[in-house]
Amino acid sequence: MNLRRAFRVLQRNFTVFTKLYRSSLALNFAEPILYLWAMGLGLGAYVKDIHGIPYINFIAPGMIASSSMFAAVYECTYGTFVRMTYQKTFDAILATPINIYDLVAGELMWGAAKSVIYGTIIMIVISALGLVNSAAIIAVLPVLFISGLIFAEISMIFVAIVPGIDSFNYFYTLFMTPMFLFSGIFFPLDNLPPLVTKIAFFTPLYHLVNICRSFAGGHIVGSHWNILWMVAVALVLAPYPFRLMKKRIVK
Amino acid sequence: MVLVRADNLVKHYGALCAVDNISFEIMQGECFGFLGPNGAGKTTAMSIIYCFMPPTSGSVTVFGLDVTNQPSAIKARIGVMPQDDNLDPDLSVFQNLIVYARYFDIPKKISVPYAWKLLDFVEMRDKAEVNIKSLSGGMKRRLLLARALLNNPELLIMDEPTVGLDPHSRHAVWDNLAHLKAEGKTTILTTHYMEEAQRVCDRVAIMDNGKIIETGTPTNLIQKYGGNLEDVYLRLTGKNLKEVIA
Repeated sequence: MNLRRAFRVLQRNFTVFTKLYRSSLALNFAEPILYLWAMGLGLGAYVKDIHGIPYINFIAPGMIASSSMFAAVYECTYGTFVRMTYQKTFDAILATPINIYDLVAGELMWGAAKSVIYGTIIMIVISALGLVNSAAIIAVLPVLFISGLIFAEISMIFVAIVPGIDSFNYFYTLFMTPMFLFSGIFFPLDNLPPLVTKIAFFTPLYHLVNICRSFAGGHIVGSHWNILWMVAVALVLAPYPFRLMKKRIVK
Repeated sequence: MVLVRADNLVKHYGALCAVDNISFEIMQGECFGFLGPNGAGKTTAMSIIYCFMPPTSGSVTVFGLDVTNQPSAIKARIGVMPQDDNLDPDLSVFQNLIVYARYFDIPKKISVPYAWKLLDFVEMRDKAEVNIKSLSGGMKRRLLLARALLNNPELLIMDEPTVGLDPHSRHAVWDNLAHLKAEGKTTILTTHYMEEAQRVCDRVAIMDNGKIIETGTPTNLIQKYGGNLEDVYLRLTGKNLKEVIA
């Protein structure tokens, strides 16, 4: 793998992004705001403070986590799959000095970069709405790159093995939605059966939500185990998208 | 000088043998055509030359470099015009060229004026800002050709360059090819059109079932087997015209 060539792939995706960013940003932006509004204000009116924090403030940092996650996952499932199959973009790229490993690395880095972009925007928005207590939230940005990488890796492993685009329904329904609901964004997992917390521990979103919430409250120390978990998982997963995508594309 | 050399090249896809022990040499400056029915192994042979897939066994060298060891170095000096339209539908005509040039690490200072030059070459300057989706089939083929020339390749590989084109577009591509040949570019192409092969190819290899049955200049093959190149082709690939019609 050559970083410079991988960057060329990222650059291609960025060029396309700058053409279409208005609609894609607006859509990705609308969803977390809807959640904040519906859950934070609607449901929040009936919910007492959680751990001494008003409900809308409780869920706001989680919106950074979830929108950065969905940015990477959409990009590296549907986006990557369409480029690989319908658009044959990968075939065109692989006829240039770029090889399959450069290509996969570029796609993964772009997924992670998109996580950072979308997370940053939500961070700015919730800060502007006064839902964040501490400027320490800025420290979450490099963390979003690592978590973005994990989500991109998981997505591309899936892309490499699915027969068709319809199979992503399984991915979203059986993996993404439960992870989203039981990540601790909307309620603490303390009162649920211990099994739920145990399962959540193995999902990246759970750790990211913990980090976002701690940072938003001004607590930077104490999240090191969550960060270590993410670095370890990003490294452990790393070989698989490369191996599996090569197997799928290079016959 | 030999530009491409294949020795006992074999390619399997699982149980299917797509290329079955072929050897050939392609000389600098020539236009070499692979002819043969669908599934004969032409596209596979070409994909191995441009390092899209590795050989199962045997060796292929391009510019004296081995395709399995130095694919990026080889691909930097090759232009590929694929059979399928794989232009980037998310980008305009001009952006397609500039983004593609970046894959070769060509700086904008060079790629922008060169892209304009190539758009002139394929007569598409006025389409620069147009969306790919609104191009006709012929224009897409010509843009694919322009894109394949961006890195000023020493070797141009074209998979069915005029498939599905109307006579005007086909002649436009042939004119482009004649120009490139005059510049001394080496070209490898596949085609189903014997008229095209006779017109543009210096030498052809006729393939069937993964094997090369015959290699030679179109003139020599016609002299050897009689008729025109189409008759030669049909005879060598196991069918004569009467059988085909029947």
